[in-house]
Amino acid sequence: MESAEQLRDRLLAAFPEARVEVLANPAPVAQHSLIIGATHAVQIATLLRDDPDLAFDYASNVTGVDRPDQEIKEKVTVKETVDGEEKEVTKEVTRTEPGYLEAVYHLYSMAKRHGPVILRLRTENRTDKVTLPSLTPVWRSCEFQEREIYDLFGIVFEDHPDLRRLLMWDDFEGHPMRKDYVEPDDYEWEPTPHDAVLIKAKRPADGEEAAPLAP
Amino acid sequence: MTEADEKTIQDLRRSGILLTTLEDLYNWGRSNSVWPLQFGLACCAIEMIAASMSRFDIARFGSEVFRPSPRQADLMIVSGTVTKKMAPQVVRLYNQMPEPKYVIAMGACAISGGPFKQGYNVLKGIDRYIPVDVHIPGCPPRPEALLNGLMELQEKIREQNLTGENRPHHLRSDVSGEFPVPEFGACDLEPPSNPAVWTPPEPIREGL
Amino acid sequence: MIPGVSIEEKTDPLQGQILEVSMGPHHPSTHGVFRMDVKLDGERIVSLKPVFGYLHRNHEKIAEDVSYLGSIPYTDRLDYLCSLTNNWAYCLAVEKLSGFEIPERAEYIRVIVGELTRLVNHTCLMGFFVQDLGAMGTPLMYAFREREKILDLFEGLTGARMMCNYMRFGGVRCDLPVGWIDEVKKVIAAFPRFLDEFESLLTQNEILIARAQGVGVLSKELAINAGITGPCLRASGVGHDLRKVDAYSIYSRFDFKVPIGAHGDCYDRFMIRLLEMRESLKILDQAIAALPSGQIIDPKAKSRGLRPKAGEAYGRIEAPKGELGFYLISEGGPSPYRYRVRPPSLINLTVLEDMCLGGTVADAIATLGSIDIVLGEVDR
Ligand code: SF4
Repeated sequence: MESAEQLRDRLLAAFPEARVEVLANPAPVAQHSLIIGATHAVQIATLLRDDPDLAFDYASNVTGVDRPDQEIKEKVTVKETVDGEEKEVTKEVTRTEPGYLEAVYHLYSMAKRHGPVILRLRTENRTDKVTLPSLTPVWRSCEFQEREIYDLFGIVFEDHPDLRRLLMWDDFEGHPMRKDYVEPDDYEWEPTPHDAVLIKAKRPADGEEAAPLAP
Repeated sequence: MTEADEKTIQDLRRSGILLTTLEDLYNWGRSNSVWPLQFGLACCAIEMIAASMSRFDIARFGSEVFRPSPRQADLMIVSGTVTKKMAPQVVRLYNQMPEPKYVIAMGACAISGGPFKQGYNVLKGIDRYIPVDVHIPGCPPRPEALLNGLMELQEKIREQNLTGENRPHHLRSDVSGEFPVPEFGACDLEPPSNPAVWTPPEPIREGL
Repeated sequence: MIPGVSIEEKTDPLQGQILEVSMGPHHPSTHGVFRMDVKLDGERIVSLKPVFGYLHRNHEKIAEDVSYLGSIPYTDRLDYLCSLTNNWAYCLAVEKLSGFEIPERAEYIRVIVGELTRLVNHTCLMGFFVQDLGAMGTPLMYAFREREKILDLFEGLTGARMMCNYMRFGGVRCDLPVGWIDEVKKVIAAFPRFLDEFESLLTQNEILIARAQGVGVLSKELAINAGITGPCLRASGVGHDLRKVDAYSIYSRFDFKVPIGAHGDCYDRFMIRLLEMRESLKILDQAIAALPSGQIIDPKAKSRGLRPKAGEAYGRIEAPKGELGFYLISEGGPSPYRYRVRPPSLINLTVLEDMCLGGTVADAIATLGSIDIVLGEVDR
């Protein structure tokens, strides 16, 4: 099978205006993925499916990933004029990396028995611009999985034949698989013994003062 | 009838005369034909099916007749995780069962949410909405445990009097067997529990 | 007014009425808490919408909160008929993520318990399927009798009948007890007899043929496009079995065939499972004969406090119901950043409506039974 870079070049040759980037995966399996711009996603998917050399006729796994806004602290060197003298000063600045939602597609080929090719589609942000094109017209197997992503992550898939909540009830509010989803408070939550979970367990109840975190 | 002592009863039984009270006879009949509702929720339901199959043979206890309709069932075995989406249906099924009716909460999930307690869609125990007679711990409880739970229930039925405070619900007009069905809210059930059967303990948040 | 039933007036009075029936989530013929919203014109189905979520237990959200090791017991409870293959798929994904090697003996043990799980699943499924067709009790009793024998093996090995929690990253949790292999040999030596019995009892049965042949037909093209996997796909004539395609673990060493159906109907799906069990027995024989001694877990592998380096991995195996995959994203933390199960049962239901349209309600029940779903996995 072609490597991710070759595949990117092939796609760029077919759609020169499209956005196709390789995202390297440092894990031992090295399943690298391709970040695809939303505008050409359906054309690219159709090409991947119909090209006789590629023949990715089978979309196995479709899932969402939530990337909240990240605060990144970094040191930058800037030139400043202090007392008429130009100096290089190192400053610490915080910048916010905007968050996004991501739909990940794992494609395999049953005819050629190769794969996976991993496509990643990203929304512009997590609040109002959360639409992505649906790939259900290309692969039917995305139908329920995209509905699930809509339900749990809140990505709206355009041109999906039947976009409703899949698992939660229709009037449910919020998208529970997002990282910042706060569950309805219940006296019975149980702490698990590490990191983020422990911190969440120490979250004060409404109206109480925050308990100091153990060092 | 004057009080016959245990020894006289046994002596008479040996010579072929059965001496008993109406209450005992009535409860003996009821307790040995408890018909469960054919109703499985999750993994525990497989063990419930296994209990009704040839090896464990729940028929020995008179409970092999799994009824598909709640109108014909005496016993609801809540076998598995009750999710918030499913809870209204469970309560509705319970309401549809005729009196006298009993509930066994089978497995950790039905009792408290079990391993899935932290889930946002998991009800933390069916006793928040309906009264439970027997709790069977385990994840899943073995079929033997279910049989033991059933025997506990039979014991409980046998101890019910036909008159007085302890009499079963179908002989009383002052209690209702219907419980309010919760509604779907924005992110939880409305109400999150039925205060008539269950009150939440005070949250303990120190020492975490 | 019966709850769950509503009648819709059609404009043409001669055409009668469309009846909307909500079947489930408590219904004796759905496999657990599954609901179908069916629209009927007379007895013909004109629309069928599955409704999910009645067993949505938030497995993925919980797994993103607990450690890598802590998720293994949860995977048991996904598809609760085949806990061992679920363990296997998850361990495979973690092994891909962190690059552990699996010792020879552990691979063999995994194959043995994996194939035993396939036997358990397929026997149960066949029992449930004929039960759905109206054969109340007896075939299911036969199936559960055989299942108990294999569950006893699991209990001897892992301590639990159903929720085995047996595999670990880089191997398995404990070695085989003394005499266990002999017990396995006994069970699998007796198994063909049960299959013969089941086959002679059912496969030529007039009622089964009438109820299953030509019902719920799924075409090859649709099956591939809709991502159907497992016996359902092979019944439609696609020879796709991950044990051959990916040859994960040590499956390339065994000699076995992949049965393929020709019609894609309920009967083929039923028969495929019967044939697959015979192939599983072949694999078991070979694996037991070649079982080496040695380590059962990679000494480098770490179970407690595992923090794989940042990266992601998708691992998949041929579970009894189809392709079971786990997709993990690690950010270097103690629990996965994203944990996703690719549930074969859910995706196989994509085509339920296509298979049932135009048929009767009874056919829809048969079709649903032949797809083989477990709600723990559909809703997770
Ligand atoms: S108690 Fe355990 S076995 Fe029973 S339903 Fe819950 S998770 Fe499944």
